[in-house]
Amino acid sequence: MEKTKQWGWSPQWRKCCRGRKRKNTLHPHKERQHLPVAAEQNRQRWLFAVYKPPGVAWNRVRDAVETRLLRELNAAPAWPPRSRIRFLPAASAGPPGLVAVRVPVLAEHRLVRGPRFTQLKIGAGHRLDVKASGVFVLGVGHGNKILSHLYNCHLSKVYTVRGQFGKATKDFSDTGKLIEKTTFDHITREKLERILAVIQGTNHKALLMHSNIDMKTQEAYELAVKGLIRPMGKSPPIITAIRCLQFALPEFQLEIHCLHETQQYLRKIVHEIGLELKSSAVCTQVRRTRDGVFTLDDALLRTQWNLQSIQNAILNCQLRVKTEIEKTMSHWDGTCAPGGTSTSPLG
Amino acid sequence: MAVWARLAAPCGWLRAAGLLGLRSRGGAARACCGAAPLPALRSAHRLPPWRLRVSVADCAQPSRAKGEACAPRSSLPVAVKQEQAAPETVSDLSAAKLYEDWDDVPPSSALEEISEEEAVKIIADPLLPPQSSTLRDYVDHSETLTKLVHLGVDLSQVEKRQKAGQLLLTLDFEKDITKILLFLKDVGIEDSQLGPFLTKNPYILGEDLEALETRVAYLKSKKFGNAEITQMVSRAPYLLLFSVERLDNRLGFLKNELGLSVKKTKDLVIRFPRLLTGKLEPVKENLQVCQVEFGFQRNEVQQIAFKTPKILTASKKRLRQTFDYLHNIMGIPHNMLTRFPQVFNSKLLRIKERHMFLIFLGRAQYDPTQPSYISLDQLVSLPDEVFCTEIAKASIQDFEKFLKTI
Repeated sequence: MEKTKQWGWSPQWRKCCRGRKRKNTLHPHKERQHLPVAAEQNRQRWLFAVYKPPGVAWNRVRDAVETRLLRELNAAPAWPPRSRIRFLPAASAGPPGLVAVRVPVLAEHRLVRGPRFTQLKIGAGHRLDVKASGVFVLGVGHGNKILSHLYNCHLSKVYTVRGQFGKATKDFSDTGKLIEKTTFDHITREKLERILAVIQGTNHKALLMHSNIDMKTQEAYELAVKGLIRPMGKSPPIITAIRCLQFALPEFQLEIHCLHETQQYLRKIVHEIGLELKSSAVCTQVRRTRDGVFTLDDALLRTQWNLQSIQNAILNCQLRVKTEIEKTMSHWDGTCAPGGTSTSPLG
Repeated sequence: MAVWARLAAPCGWLRAAGLLGLRSRGGAARACCGAAPLPALRSAHRLPPWRLRVSVADCAQPSRAKGEACAPRSSLPVAVKQEQAAPETVSDLSAAKLYEDWDDVPPSSALEEISEEEAVKIIADPLLPPQSSTLRDYVDHSETLTKLVHLGVDLSQVEKRQKAGQLLLTLDFEKDITKILLFLKDVGIEDSQLGPFLTKNPYILGEDLEALETRVAYLKSKKFGNAEITQMVSRAPYLLLFSVERLDNRLGFLKNELGLSVKKTKDLVIRFPRLLTGKLEPVKENLQVCQVEFGFQRNEVQQIAFKTPKILTASKKRLRQTFDYLHNIMGIPHNMLTRFPQVFNSKLLRIKERHMFLIFLGRAQYDPTQPSYISLDQLVSLPDEVFCTEIAKASIQDFEKFLKTI
């Protein structure tokens, strides 16, 4: 899983520890970890989903969320600076001598030390490329570890893909260099659905092959009944379900459930569907509507990237993430789990 | 000075009281013995010689230059000389009175040898570091820095600048900084704005006062009013660092490049003084991009630059992307873009989302001759709620649902 730049032993991290030889202040890094989420002692699954707009790289989205969160966290009122006793010359009116005065320690003042939070560890889940849009899972702090556990659960993702018949381009999308133009009047919905059934069949065979289960056992039957047959390790992209949502020549819309895919692979599938139908097609939109347990309803829009909404989103998704991880891991713990982690995620 | 230091030798509690804070001379010893809020750690410990040296030096110069290597070894002879110079001042004070409160322990020389146990028990507080990359180590010991923090200057930003922290430490508040602050107040900057101003431009504190006044006089000679000069200086803090001839050259360059009249150039510079302080090549290049790549006429470019001067300092990639979407995909002609150049300043993503929503609703009409026309500045500048209710005639929930489908 993608993690943010490591700030463990970087010079910036060490610099903030310098001069901190006082006994009654908190370690500066402990201050940073205190994100104001309720009941943090339960090792929360700090995961939430945002809606990535098309035309923006995924790391820009991650940085924008981090910047907004930091701005809100730093705007919260800070503790007043510590004070210490100093002996200063008395006022000229009174008797000469030294007077004990309590003065604040300016080295801890906000204007001298800088903002309390300068970085947040926000990790990204399954990435989306620049032209794609949709549900994009991010994890904060401890959620980064849960991201890797979610990755090892190998849950499927759902995309809606729009295509257009009649053109073929170099990079299979409508903004690429045009290679050929074809007619598409002969295409009907039945022909398209026949092709989709063929694709689903071949992919189902690949699914069974890569999930490394002996099909003749009782255990395989139980897994199939629960719907848990899927490759639990590395495998090429597999489409578990594909169907046509809309068909209006020359445009069409498909819904694809897949595993271990990239968005460019889905565009290539659209191109191949065009070739199978003796025409050509380009992909105009790839949009992820579901990533594991996170759906479109959980995804936060740009206007909702603030502390309060993110906290609510985290609390809403926690239980679902926990049950899903438990379900997958408890089944595979007993049996051999190819590609899974040996440590328990339910810390 | 050394009197007090030597008498303090048997009195260990001074160490705990924060020796570096003490400033006063002669009468200190008497007052020290009287006021003892902290527990007195009476012992026969003597202060090592480098300790004496630091306390003396700190009293004399509260603001020390960063990077000044203070080798303890070199302090020994200094302290010794001060010890030897001490007897002259002792006779001024009444030694008998001074010695009344102390135990009958004669003051020992700093060079006397002490046993290992005593040496180990001496608490060595950290000194002012001779070199540091942050001003945090010096702010509590420097009056200048303390007063700047009270003014509102963000030292954490200043210390990141090149040599700015060094400059602040070498300056003295009463002698140098006060007159610059008074000058800035005369120019018209308010008290609450002084802190942020100095954060952005700390180098002005090291400038010559006469030079600054000459530059303000030059601006006044060019018929800029007092309020206008205040506005220019507060929006572009680096303006007064430029010499008179540089300012003159830049004003001339802008006038020639844009081809506007003197009055219009002045108006432009008052509204956007960053043109004067920023780089000049990007301005020239952006003008070329507008004329050659986008195909605007010269008078259209002048109009756009006068209305939204920010285009002249915007990044070319962003300008190209925005123009490409506006002209080729939304189909807006050049004359409409000249009438509403503020679209170039807004975010491309915002324009895209709102345009696609209007297309979805069938309301994307940007031609003023047709009915239900939507002007570009309304498309771009209105907040989301007003845009949804007034322009798109839909609810904000519909807009959010639509955003999740693109």
